[in-house]
Amino acid sequence: MLERSWPAEGATRVPYWVYQDRDVYAEEQRRIFHGPTWSYLCLEAEIAEPQSFVTTFVGEMPVVVTRDAAGRLHAFENRCAHRGALICMQARGKAERFTCIYHNWTYDHGGNLLNVAFRKGIAGKGGMAADAKPETQAPKQFRVESICGLVFGTLSPSVPSLKDYIGPEILPRLKRVLVRPLKVLGCYTQVLPNNWKLYMDNVKDTYHASLLHVFFTRFRINRLTQEGGVFVSKDGAHHCTYTKMVEDKGDAYEKDGMRSAGSGGFSLENPEMLQQVDEFGDAVSIQILSLFPGFVLHQIRNSLAARQVVPKGVDRTELHWTLFGFADDDAAMTRRRLLQANLVGPAGYISMEDGAATGFVQRGVAASPDRASVIEMGGDKVGSGDSRITETAVRGLWKAWRGHMGL
Amino acid sequence: MKEIETLHARYAHALDEDRLEDWPNFFTERGIYRIATAENEARGLPLPVVYCEGRAMLRDRVQSLRHANIYEPQRYRHLVSSTLIEKAGEAHVTSIANFLVIRTMENGESMLFASGRYVDRILLKEMLYEERVVICDSRRFDTLLAIPL
Repeated sequence: MLERSWPAEGATRVPYWVYQDRDVYAEEQRRIFHGPTWSYLCLEAEIAEPQSFVTTFVGEMPVVVTRDAAGRLHAFENRCAHRGALICMQARGKAERFTCIYHNWTYDHGGNLLNVAFRKGIAGKGGMAADAKPETQAPKQFRVESICGLVFGTLSPSVPSLKDYIGPEILPRLKRVLVRPLKVLGCYTQVLPNNWKLYMDNVKDTYHASLLHVFFTRFRINRLTQEGGVFVSKDGAHHCTYTKMVEDKGDAYEKDGMRSAGSGGFSLENPEMLQQVDEFGDAVSIQILSLFPGFVLHQIRNSLAARQVVPKGVDRTELHWTLFGFADDDAAMTRRRLLQANLVGPAGYISMEDGAATGFVQRGVAASPDRASVIEMGGDKVGSGDSRITETAVRGLWKAWRGHMGL
Repeated sequence: MKEIETLHARYAHALDEDRLEDWPNFFTERGIYRIATAENEARGLPLPVVYCEGRAMLRDRVQSLRHANIYEPQRYRHLVSSTLIEKAGEAHVTSIANFLVIRTMENGESMLFASGRYVDRILLKEMLYEERVVICDSRRFDTLLAIPL
């Protein structure tokens, strides 16, 4: 058990040891990533063909995600029952079965042990005893479900179905974007010098978007004065925020003298990159959606992506970006999505700062594990609303996290 | 060959000396600059990390780095080598070269930030890049990629 106590203020404070403590990190692996949560694994489009696979992670656990010959999806721990070596070392491919290179133990697409090499020895010599039970150390198998082309897995037998886990507040916002079969445009990894939760609370922090990401405000892509809102699931775990495509003519930022306020004459020489087609017919220009513990879906204009948060130690996180379009996109839409790829990722005009800002927190709090964040924008409640000058979704993250961690 | 190596060297020095405003001028008016990863290229996937078509978009990137984007002070050191001409025509030449970029932060922390190859199409008359594709060996980028490669 963790011997830690939460600050008396409750929901409006997050103590900094949550980003630093090695025991907390280890406990998170067990209680959250391998506990009653659904983790994003991959897009169905990445394993479209029978007998295809990709390798990924759930928390620190290496995982193989497969589609078997009959088309069913599976996921299992990438750890051989024998000595614990990786069963599958490629990032992706097709395979009739999986053979651990160390001693050639083989597995099917569900992660079931098929064969132990020389199990009965050779010519009556060697081999395992007849009552040996190597299966007792078999790799863990996940429950797998997919929704709108996104594949999720859980090790929990008790967590509700994926739909119920996401819940009625957030599910329609997910379905709003994933309207047709997907096509992968490419992927890359951004390495963040901070605890995984700093990235998640950055994603849920609607207050920072137009203040840190100056590109937004300079070009009036997103100002908090534009129409938008935030949805938070009942348990606080998941969130979705959106902004409508309305030209902002206000000057709230200039009046407050904020750094992100435009200098007046700043504009793009070639604004083609920003031109959006209203492909979902609801005039939403940006929607950011997160599912606990580590999944983000973004629609930024016509850029669409899945972001998977992979913890790599207490102060290191990998963000796996997969950008996609729809299988039936025409050439003009694909070109638009590729131009708008400039907005996101490690070199993204409106996302490059996130890695820096969250890293600054990790460094800033180095000597202050017992001090705490002040998270009081919008009061102390967790819930949906039409203002984004709020930290309601951040409080939601911590409400859910504390529930899992018993803190 | 000497002229191509000199072009690469001038380009590298401009970026390493923080003369970002000079960077678009190494390209033709409609020149293309694209950063990709070897993994996406091998899979035939078109996703760029950075993609600019023409000097106007290159200048927009510089404007944004100077006036909009926030990033910790940092410098690059480019090492460009093994330049080879792949196809030499009358007006254009296509060539490849290897690169390493070492990134140094203000506190002195240095790291091997990127390695890969340039795949270039160069307009000979003006010695400018008509297209420069930067293919990074790794799919992984540390923290952020602000200054161009």
